[in-house]
Amino acid sequence: MYQTTYHRPATLDEAIKLGSNDEAKYLSGGQTLIPTMKQRLASPESLVDLSGLSELQGIRADGGSLSIGAGMTHADVASSAQVREMIPALADLAGGIGDPHVRNMGTLGGSVANNDPSADYPAAVLALNATIYTNKREISADSFFNGLFETVLEEGEIITRISFPVPSKANYQKFDSPASRYALVGVFAARTDGNCRVAVTGAGNDGVFRMEAAEGALSASWSADSVGKNRPDPDDMIVDLHGTGEYRAHLVNVLAKRAVTAA
Amino acid sequence: MTTIAMQVNGKEVTADVEDRTLLVQYIRESLGLTGTHVGCDTSQCGACVVHVDGKAVKSCTMLAAQAAGKTITTIEGIADGDTLDPIQVAFHENHGLQCGFCTPGMIMATKDMIARHGTDLDEKTIRSELEGNICRCTGYHNIVKSIQAAASAMAAAE
Repeated sequence: MYQTTYHRPATLDEAIKLGSNDEAKYLSGGQTLIPTMKQRLASPESLVDLSGLSELQGIRADGGSLSIGAGMTHADVASSAQVREMIPALADLAGGIGDPHVRNMGTLGGSVANNDPSADYPAAVLALNATIYTNKREISADSFFNGLFETVLEEGEIITRISFPVPSKANYQKFDSPASRYALVGVFAARTDGNCRVAVTGAGNDGVFRMEAAEGALSASWSADSVGKNRPDPDDMIVDLHGTGEYRAHLVNVLAKRAVTAA
Repeated sequence: MTTIAMQVNGKEVTADVEDRTLLVQYIRESLGLTGTHVGCDTSQCGACVVHVDGKAVKSCTMLAAQAAGKTITTIEGIADGDTLDPIQVAFHENHGLQCGFCTPGMIMATKDMIARHGTDLDEKTIRSELEGNICRCTGYHNIVKSIQAAASAMAAAE
């Protein structure tokens, strides 16, 4: 790892000040950033640790939504009785990320801000039509993700909370890599106020995406048959040693049906 | 450089470290507590698992500076003098190891597992909870047996 300077600000204002330059990086749980720095694939001059910020903590019901602080760990979300009661699919998703030790460190905000094309949370954010709150603004899920590892977040902008509308039905199905526990393909299907949304992670070569072709039929009738033969274009899929585009496109269809059936 | 202070195995420690120092480097190289191992260095194997404020984490994937102000427990900190922790006893009695390199991480992961799930652990739960700990000798059978034995012993002692 190259040299870096570590800061742990106590206030959001201080964190914004410290992070508002292109040589700084925000550090949340660090479960992606630190391995990346160890491999010298990232070399920020300074790290701004967000773990001391009270604004990023807590899980609470907020009208018809569940509002989760960006600093809550995957273990916090997986074990929260409130998440379990309001959106059990989200608790299950969090409980399936990485391994127990990674879940004790990794956070919701870190995962969503990093937008790894194989991360689990982006699928939930998109399928549940969540709202991302930052120190500057609120951003809808549909306009937040911006391709591989890219989001619309600006320099010095910090996710503080994410608000998930509570669905009437939801389920996440993940076909994971047994080595990394990342999603080879993950599909989150949700029905909220009669509207259905299906989001796919791990598969798209441009990151998380919605399976819009199936959503209309699902809104009319929530059943695996409504997914039918819908599947993404294999040419738009990630191709790597784990699977071809054809294989991933097929998995998306299979997992979408399973998610709808299990929801 | 930054000055960090934390509690490790019940003792207050303070040191000046480079900001980029990993927690595992600090534990092994500065404190000389070499029971915590570095197996893969890529956050997968779990040989470096320690507890930070009571929770199991991979100390190769955390900076020492992140642990400042916190309470750390390593494999050296779980026995009470010459009296081993029940998990250590169970790994000993059930030969829950082959080469032993992964054992400290396995034991620290087991402690966290029992703290979260209680002592009523079935094999499926144990195996899924061990996702973050790799035994490259592939000796999982006796590791699972050791964890079950530890859980039973701890249940009996309650």
